Amino acid sequence: MSALDNTARADGSEGSYNFAYLDEQTKRMIRRAILKAIAVPGYQVPFASREMPMPYGWGTGGVQVTAAILGSDDVLKVIDQGSDDTTNAVSIRAFFEKTANVATTTHTAEATIIQTRHRIPERQLEEGQILVYQVPIPEPLRFLEPRETETRKMHALEEYGLMHVKLYEDIARHGHIATTYAYPVKVDGRYVMDPSPTPKFDNPKMHDMAALQLFGAGREKRIYAVPPYTRVESLDFEDHPFQVQRFDKPCALCAAEDVYLDEVILDDRGGRMFVCSDTDHCEERRTAGHRGEMAGEEIAARLSAGHASDGEDGQ
Amino acid sequence: MSGATDRSELPLLRANGLTRFYGERIGCHDVSFELFPGEVLAIVGESGSGKTTLLNCLSTRLPPTAGAVEYRMRDGQMRDLFQLSEAERRLLMRTDWGFVHQNAADGLRMTVSAGANVGERLMAVGERHYGAIRGTALDWLSRVEIDETRIDDEPRAFSGGMRQRLQIARNLVTSPRLVFMDEPTGGLDVSVQARLLDLIRGLVTDLGLSVVIVTHDLAVARLLSHRLMVMRHGKVIETGLTDRVLDDPQAPYTQLLVSSILQV
Amino acid sequence: MRTRLCLSGVGKSFTMHLRGGIRLPVVSHVDFSVGAGECVVLGGPSGAGKSSILKMIYGNYACETGQILVTAEGDEIVNIAEASPRRMLALRRDTIGYVSQFLRVIPRVSAENVVAEPLIAQGATEGEALVKARDLLCRLNVPERLWSLPPATFSGGEQQRVNIARGFIAHYPLLLLDEPTASLDARNRAVVVELVEEKKRNGVAMLGILHDEDVRERIADRIIDVASFKAAA
Repeated sequence: MSALDNTARADGSEGSYNFAYLDEQTKRMIRRAILKAIAVPGYQVPFASREMPMPYGWGTGGVQVTAAILGSDDVLKVIDQGSDDTTNAVSIRAFFEKTANVATTTHTAEATIIQTRHRIPERQLEEGQILVYQVPIPEPLRFLEPRETETRKMHALEEYGLMHVKLYEDIARHGHIATTYAYPVKVDGRYVMDPSPTPKFDNPKMHDMAALQLFGAGREKRIYAVPPYTRVESLDFEDHPFQVQRFDKPCALCAAEDVYLDEVILDDRGGRMFVCSDTDHCEERRTAGHRGEMAGEEIAARLSAGHASDGEDGQ
Repeated sequence: MSGATDRSELPLLRANGLTRFYGERIGCHDVSFELFPGEVLAIVGESGSGKTTLLNCLSTRLPPTAGAVEYRMRDGQMRDLFQLSEAERRLLMRTDWGFVHQNAADGLRMTVSAGANVGERLMAVGERHYGAIRGTALDWLSRVEIDETRIDDEPRAFSGGMRQRLQIARNLVTSPRLVFMDEPTGGLDVSVQARLLDLIRGLVTDLGLSVVIVTHDLAVARLLSHRLMVMRHGKVIETGLTDRVLDDPQAPYTQLLVSSILQV
Repeated sequence: MRTRLCLSGVGKSFTMHLRGGIRLPVVSHVDFSVGAGECVVLGGPSGAGKSSILKMIYGNYACETGQILVTAEGDEIVNIAEASPRRMLALRRDTIGYVSQFLRVIPRVSAENVVAEPLIAQGATEGEALVKARDLLCRLNVPERLWSLPPATFSGGEQQRVNIARGFIAHYPLLLLDEPTASLDARNRAVVVELVEEKKRNGVAMLGILHDEDVRERIADRIIDVASFKAAA
């Protein structure tokens, strides 16, 4: 982490802020929690979460983790549901531009730190990169056991039968495991962990990832981590093995397959399309010449022409 | 002819000088006994007599002030329960033991289905085949006379008697050797009670369970237990063969207790 | 003739704590023994303590003084007056049977299973126990249509015969008979007499209370007058 030796103040007009908003003692405290979390993969380390200039639920945990590891030479990318240009992503990026004066990017490949809400980029992450997750509820057992004293004990004693009770309920009710996001994983064969509300589509990416994965829950005051190249297994049953979502069609814009797609409503008559949730990935592919069935120009034309007639094919 | 004496010369559970104080107040005082495999021991007494305190100390839910509780583990070794690690103790409690609470909501997960309630212990010990878990759950539901079509219903939708039967199934699914029961028929209608008692009696006999049952109802003790322990003010005042204690009570308090009920 | 049961110096009184601790003496200095293949009947007026003696032998009543010795499995002599509850339960399963006129109702268990239970407890398979149970129910004229039903709803006479069958089905070296023929009709009384004769031939020692003089005449080898054990008030 290039940030660990960084005690410099942010330059420029925002000199009244300490570098990356948090004071150095707080950053040190958070780094200690992060180190412990890395040492015990999947274990939720308590930390003294600070008040941040944004409400809980807007990524205060992730922001504190990012602030604690950020160095002046880092390049930051922030995504919300895979997108670089949604409100949450834009404001957190602006927050660090202002308080740390760091370079930012929307390109996954260029970023050294990627703070994310609800997605893992499609592009395979590399050694040296750090993925920081914003986590609303870090405790995977809470759904069935509300007592924190009890869930801590269950983690300590590796009593994880309850996680399968939840999956059992899914199958009993829906005929298959219907949990599609925040799908519980076991880290390094020991701790059961909530991967934050990412789609289970992203679970396989967590396994053996080259990048460091850090998780921050601000309201719940917990930090946990998955070190690079760590075993991450999604829980399942022998006769109902873990499966990721499948999409019928490729991305409507870049024709990518095997990526996570978002549904976009086109009009009020049921017109819709499915596009990459990872906007950077999608743009890169289109720049490289990939074209989906509703690629940019055609869509624009359709939308500007009012309601496109049914059956009209953009290709 | 084989007999209980052959298979069960060694006690399963042994309490020695078990004492629990709540500050100055006595919960239970100097209780010692042995429980053998297949034996049903009833602890009777009025409210506040210390029977529930004793049950909680025996089942390690409450640490005693003095005395020891030993249990014969599946490997045949007699172990002091309060010297076990918490992990060992909790494993024991969800595999080799059962605990049937008076209030079923204390012993069930009210927001998950009946099937998952029964299956939880199996999943806790590593069963990972949904079909097998469900099959076992169905089998146990029928053994406790709950219609198979209710397997996906939450116990919230069950009557008191059904909840109690479900709690029993949930406890017995891992074939425990020892089951603690705290007033299992308390708060149920008389007819529901009778059915539940029959069921418990049958299961205890069929499975050869050892049971420590706390009840204030002497009829329950008569029907289910081999041995009876009468408690008052935290102390055991009379103990013996159940029908001997009930037919020929010796202690003044036991005579009062027996004469206070309409008919047992 | 081998001795199966021996009482010596047996005494019993009830202390009624709820009535100011008064002592009600029942019997004292009871001395007698019963040998294998012998049927001994306790005689004397009601209230003399016949039933209390039976209950002390079966362990329902505590024996206050003296010894009650029985020959258990493996020719071991056990003193019931000091036997632990576990020991007593083992004796009841293997050594001492009790035929009483009252059915301990076990709800929802069929008549044939009620009868078969003691034999199964002694280690017989359910199949062979049921065969024997049905045979006994048949001999005691319990209609076949009732066999698979729980006896709770049977008439008094039918319940009683179910219970007699239950009492006679297993082999116990010592059998206690508590008015087994009371209120039975002549035909069924004759069956009970037959059953007792069979037990005698098998070397079973029996001790009974029988008010029915006719039956008593036919089965009793000896009659012991309990009035002679009457404790001084």
